[in-house]
Amino acid sequence: MENLLARHRNVTILVVVLFAEIVGLAVQVKRTADTDSTRLIRVWTITAVTPVERGFVAVQQGISNAWHNYFYLRGVRAQNRQLQDEIEQLRLQQVRLSEDAGQARRLQRLLGFKEQFIAKTLAAQVVGSSGSDMSRVVYIDKGEGDGIRQDMAVITADGVVGKILRVFPTSSQVLLINDPSSGVGVILEKSRLQGVIKGTPNGQVVLEKMMSDERVEPGDQLLTSGGDQIFPKGLPIGTVKSVSAGNDVFLKIRIKPAAELDQLEEVLVITQVVERQPTAEETQTTMRAVDILASRLPSVPEHTGMPATGIPLPVGMKPPSAIPKEIKNGKEVKPGTKPVVPGAAQTGMAPKPRPKPSQAQVTGDAARIAPKAVNGALPGVGSTPAARTGSTGLPAGTVARKPRSSKPAAGATEAGIVKTKGQAPPVPDAAEPGGGAAGSPVPTPKATAPAKPPASVEPNSPNSPPAEGPQP
Amino acid sequence: MNISYTSREQIEVHRFSLPAGILIPLVALFLQAFLPLRFHFFEIFDLPLLVTIFLAVSRRNPVTGLLTGSVIGLLQDSLTHQPIGIYGIAKTVVGYGASSLGVKLDVENSGSRFLLVYGFYMVHEVIYLVVARGMVGQNLAWRWGHMAFAAFANAVLAIPLFMILDRFKQRG
Repeated sequence: MENLLARHRNVTILVVVLFAEIVGLAVQVKRTADTDSTRLIRVWTITAVTPVERGFVAVQQGISNAWHNYFYLRGVRAQNRQLQDEIEQLRLQQVRLSEDAGQARRLQRLLGFKEQFIAKTLAAQVVGSSGSDMSRVVYIDKGEGDGIRQDMAVITADGVVGKILRVFPTSSQVLLINDPSSGVGVILEKSRLQGVIKGTPNGQVVLEKMMSDERVEPGDQLLTSGGDQIFPKGLPIGTVKSVSAGNDVFLKIRIKPAAELDQLEEVLVITQVVERQPTAEETQTTMRAVDILASRLPSVPEHTGMPATGIPLPVGMKPPSAIPKEIKNGKEVKPGTKPVVPGAAQTGMAPKPRPKPSQAQVTGDAARIAPKAVNGALPGVGSTPAARTGSTGLPAGTVARKPRSSKPAAGATEAGIVKTKGQAPPVPDAAEPGGGAAGSPVPTPKATAPAKPPASVEPNSPNSPPAEGPQP
Repeated sequence: MNISYTSREQIEVHRFSLPAGILIPLVALFLQAFLPLRFHFFEIFDLPLLVTIFLAVSRRNPVTGLLTGSVIGLLQDSLTHQPIGIYGIAKTVVGYGASSLGVKLDVENSGSRFLLVYGFYMVHEVIYLVVARGMVGQNLAWRWGHMAFAAFANAVLAIPLFMILDRFKQRG
């Protein structure tokens, strides 16, 4: 026997090593719940590889920053102009959306809904990957010491990236949504159908278990459903790329992930999600269902609330004629001759003109409190930060006036902004806190609601987004 | 194509210094983990496998070859989220096979290296898939076209890479 083993020494060693590996693998497969059985070897490898990767990433970023920030500045002016235009468009959109969000929040409060808010996020740098197309994971440079825990959601500004799978002392392993072993509960934005997305071995993302009689179209947006208890509800996850009939009763739906999973550099880890009801400050006023319904009743159009375009102004915005005229040095100052900083009217301060009053006046303050995702707190899911300043979407410090109808308000927002270009901004109406419209046959909710000071963003509130510039 | 049978006396056995023996696999692992983040196409390459084959055929010792393959494979496994051992098993077999073949064949020229890497890449992938499907229960599909293309790409990369690594060889 010994002779036989000595003669076939190499083969014997091969068999022994293979046997040991197979046994080790079998033990791990059997203990699926115990993730720590191989922790030591993983920690060693990660500890050996990650610092080098971090160094490379730092050097690469340094060179890239130096190049892009100091040398390669071609086309920056044009790009800046383009981005400014884009910001203007987004501000318009933000005002419109905050209107809807505010209304939704009021309704949720009435119905006792609890919302999930992303309270805290942590920015992290992607420093490595598994290097294998069989395992779609990446490594980030934040670990246990930074407060990262298993199963935390990882996102980018574009959408969902994945979840924390393993946490090491100074780094963490993130399982991407395109890995075959991942799964995320999703909801189709348009049809509200729910499903689960999974990765495929070739790195694609598919929506599973969608019956073939359901109506799913390419281009449909997918959001997280929140059912998996990992990803908060309402995060963008991707769009439907193609829909075809599957082999069985289910559709074969391919998804284009919203986040660029192949080009990840920086991600955000959601470290804290709070679940609570919208507060009275967020809804601005305590409203009853009857008030909301009353505001939707048909009534005589209010002349003063209609700008020249014929479209009602958005909530909280007054037509130029309705804006109280400012008295300065005993003379009446026409609104529009000088831009007025929102909130300044209360203090009687004479504001300095801004370079671009048309944007800053209407949406400037709302934009100033816009979330800066990388810095920390993100806004609540499905809400905009401007919505949290009040239900109006207008800068904090502006007392809202209830619209006659919620429908035209969205369109009116744009009209209102166009109208205010070069004119005075909405001025806080301290004399008319209820905002009740004169001559209105139906009492507006504001008229019945107690006068409240305008909602403002609390800087230390867990949901308050980081602010840039002075807070109103 | 110059693959010739050689006698044991003619075969040159090479050694590697300790730092080179440790650092070459580690650098390969690092590059494999880092480069696909910046260059997505790099995912198709398997640098740890190429290093395993190179070290095995250079040392021409089956035991050393299989142990080298085993260690590199296990380290590669530990970077993934899969159970540790799938790459380990596949690279152990490849390390053993490459070193056994290195004893019998002259694997110093580019043509033989190309064929060697092409063949062992296929063997590696087949073992990986068998283990992943059979033992771990992963739902992996046989993608023969992709496998053949990846084998070709790795074989092409192996030629310049082996030339660079030849500089670290020491005569045994």
